[in-house]
Amino acid sequence: MDKVIIAQDLSLSYSNNETIINKANFSIDSGSFIFITGASGSGKSTLLKSLYGSLKAKQGSLIVGGVELRGVTTSKLNFLRRHIGIVFQDYKLVKEWTIEKNIMLPLIINGYEKGVTQNQVDSLLKHVRLKHQAGKYPLELSGGEQQRVAMARALAHNPILILADEPTGNLDDYSSQLIWNLLEGANEQLNTTVIVVTHNIPRNLNVDYKHYNIEYGSIHEVV
Amino acid sequence: MKSFKNHFSLVIALVSILFSIQIFIIVDRTMEAYKQNLANNYSIIIISQKKLQNKEIIDVSELIDSVRELSADNVIERLNSGITEKNKELLKLTLPKFYKLTLTQYPSPNQIKKLRENLLKISSIKKVEDFSHSHDTTYKLLVLFKTVVFVFAIVVFIVTTLLIFKELRIWQFKHNERMSIMALFGAPVWLRSAVLFRLAIVDAIIAGIIAFALFMYISSAPLVQEQFENLSINIVIFDVVNDAATLFGASMILSIILALMIVIGHKEEV
Repeated sequence: MDKVIIAQDLSLSYSNNETIINKANFSIDSGSFIFITGASGSGKSTLLKSLYGSLKAKQGSLIVGGVELRGVTTSKLNFLRRHIGIVFQDYKLVKEWTIEKNIMLPLIINGYEKGVTQNQVDSLLKHVRLKHQAGKYPLELSGGEQQRVAMARALAHNPILILADEPTGNLDDYSSQLIWNLLEGANEQLNTTVIVVTHNIPRNLNVDYKHYNIEYGSIHEVV
Repeated sequence: MKSFKNHFSLVIALVSILFSIQIFIIVDRTMEAYKQNLANNYSIIIISQKKLQNKEIIDVSELIDSVRELSADNVIERLNSGITEKNKELLKLTLPKFYKLTLTQYPSPNQIKKLRENLLKISSIKKVEDFSHSHDTTYKLLVLFKTVVFVFAIVVFIVTTLLIFKELRIWQFKHNERMSIMALFGAPVWLRSAVLFRLAIVDAIIAGIIAFALFMYISSAPLVQEQFENLSINIVIFDVVNDAATLFGASMILSIILALMIVIGHKEEV
């Protein structure tokens, strides 16, 4: 099976030089569903940031989608990011855009035609049960609704990899279930690799998944 | 309302800069016209023992525009007490020759001094009357006025630069989040900055139109025209083609520089 992520002796740290992840070695198969857990401050979100190139590796090698992220050029990083869907804990929606335009963002960046873009956005809005809110702005929605918009945006361009940072952290059961269903659907139907950073793995998940735990700077698989 | 607020602050800053640029242009134009007026009314008298060719005098300095020999008749008329025509002609021949020099521009005291020295190098010229005292007073006033205008321009430039930098910080704050989000989804720099540049260009055009309308009104206002007539100055207050191009160009360059600074200074949130 193809590897979508390969990390070798990967060390991560912020500017204060304190090592968060220390010489981690792991690889993730294409099309797999991965949970990464760990205590608060263990480095879960830090690892996720390194996967989309917002945090550079201090040492070692990190290859995502065939792109070595250590010393990567801006254009290569942009190219990689166009094939990744990211769901942030704080949603990161553009406040001055309607939710429809927010969902369109990856499609616009990837240069999709207007008609294709509109059809895809309409379909996603239906999936996240927000069709009736299309013209509203993010701050007019609840937290759960905003996260559903962020989820739709992450799926819009059919990415090869979805990175989700605590996507159901503060959500009600309805929104949480909707998000898990969408992640499952993307993984099963489109063979998208899904990596979710979370405190709690949902019990009623219908996909096979792998579970990694971060502790004291090292990553190990929980069997 | 939201859209209006988005444009308002930068437009105001741009209009104030364009206003000061155009005021500076008008003042500069007025000064040049006033200097030309002074130059037209200013002349130097030279007294020579023998008749000189005009070219001989003009070749002394590029400052000299024209030379006219003054007739000795007026002097002789005053002495007209029983002098015969023949003696008059003899007297005319013995009197020194007077020449009036007009200049191409209003000279500085140094230029006058140099011109005087050069003229005196012609052996037959015995006296050069340059009316330096009254010239000095006028020239000093002119220099003072120019300095005041220059200081005013510097102050306006500093204030408007501060305004622009304040605007830059607001824009950075306002656009940073959207640009960071777009970067996370792989948007190239031109796409991330497209909104910013569109906003900058629209604001530049709005500011240009406001400044254009303002100066069109000012240039046709009777009060302003009356002031220039009082100074006997005839200048174009607002050149619809050149000045408008300067204003629109300055406005566009400034706002694009502002947008570029934001794009260059943009740092992705980690």
